[in-house]
Amino acid sequence: MNVSMTVNGEQVSKDVEPRMLLVHFIRDTLGLKGTHWGCDTSNCGACVVLMDGEPVKSCTTLAAMCDGHEIRTVESLERNGELDPVQQGFHELHALQCGFCTPGMEITARALLDRNPNPSEEEIRTAISGSICRCTGYKNIVGAIQWAAAQESATRQEA
Amino acid sequence: MQTPAPFEYERATSVDGVIASLGRLGSEARVIAGGHSLLPMMKLRLANPEHLIDINDLEELSYMNEADGEIRIGALTRHVDLLQSDLLAQRFPLFRDAERVIADPVVRNRGTIGGSLCQADAAEDLSAACTAVKGQVVIRGADGERVVGMDEFHVGPYMTAVKTGELLTEVRLPVRPGAGSAHEKVERRAGDWAIAAASAAVWMDGGTIADAGVALGAVGLTTIHLSRAEEVLRGKQPSDELFAQAGEIASADCAPTPDGRGPVDYKRHLAGVLTERALRRSAARAMNEEA
Repeated sequence: MNVSMTVNGEQVSKDVEPRMLLVHFIRDTLGLKGTHWGCDTSNCGACVVLMDGEPVKSCTTLAAMCDGHEIRTVESLERNGELDPVQQGFHELHALQCGFCTPGMEITARALLDRNPNPSEEEIRTAISGSICRCTGYKNIVGAIQWAAAQESATRQEA
Repeated sequence: MQTPAPFEYERATSVDGVIASLGRLGSEARVIAGGHSLLPMMKLRLANPEHLIDINDLEELSYMNEADGEIRIGALTRHVDLLQSDLLAQRFPLFRDAERVIADPVVRNRGTIGGSLCQADAAEDLSAACTAVKGQVVIRGADGERVVGMDEFHVGPYMTAVKTGELLTEVRLPVRPGAGSAHEKVERRAGDWAIAAASAAVWMDGGTIADAGVALGAVGLTTIHLSRAEEVLRGKQPSDELFAQAGEIASADCAPTPDGRGPVDYKRHLAGVLTERALRRSAARAMNEEA
């Protein structure tokens, strides 16, 4: 079947099997390897992408279900060579070791800050509770998201 | 890599269209909404539908309102909307209790109330919550609609009153005065299925419990409706002793199986303690005494 959707601002149209999962469509059909394929059971959150602005687990979503919708992956965070504040925060606070959970963490954090620019620590921890990190623990990840929120707040005040 | 077996996919554009497709395709067709229960089962070949009918575009099934003395919730209403609904939190706060601990926020963005109920997993929280508040579901088929009480909805593990060719379209929660409700759950880690869960509701008339609802999750082959505990509660004044008695009934009347989440005696103990706690909080909420 044919599926058409917007991925990171670009219209894509491909022939796929109805059973193709969104994570494989993104990684294998479109070649966007930033989105990671982890537990396959919607537990780990490595595969999180945004569907119409909301985080979803792409291992448990059919590509066919996204026909006509807008998908954003971690690749969309960096713009014109400049990292998104969330990515900068992960860099500044060393919020990753192996990096496997990072794309899901970052895209989830982006969606949180778009909806709630000044989240409390508890709100951040709740927002990322669908993503599992097995390296660093969550302290630095939470710190990175707080760093991004502060950075964006300062930028808004300058504007 | 886990991928479902091949199937045909169609995107529904109306409820009537879904009913027509289900009628035409028979038992080989399944409806998919959030897909967070069905797709994992399809990956494991525990479910092998030949046709999937995607109802995610049916905005007409996504709503929540109060009319004619009941709250009506469209089957496609997502967990995130149930969690955020002030109407629901005001009338039946057990839904917010439950939604806070159902999976995680990302899963809650997709999963729906209709899908959760139709999955009919014994450990699923909303089945217990809807049973405790004496909910009903509207099931539509080619011959029209029928309304089924939650009491008659679960017919076995993963089996419901929804028959081949039918679609669950709405959940109805009767609103009665003096209500208080609560949901208690113990899980191994955030977002996991319950080791045991208890949903409770009371409807107070002055200082007396006019009616009560209690249901358990994860401690039997289906959601367990504790009618014996409800009988004990009716007509009494709320007290720790009374709720302890209901808890004892919960421990006795549940039917847990031992698994990685714990042995039988632990689960029976949990069922009792959680029932007691849920009832205590329900009564406090009904009397506006919650700390």
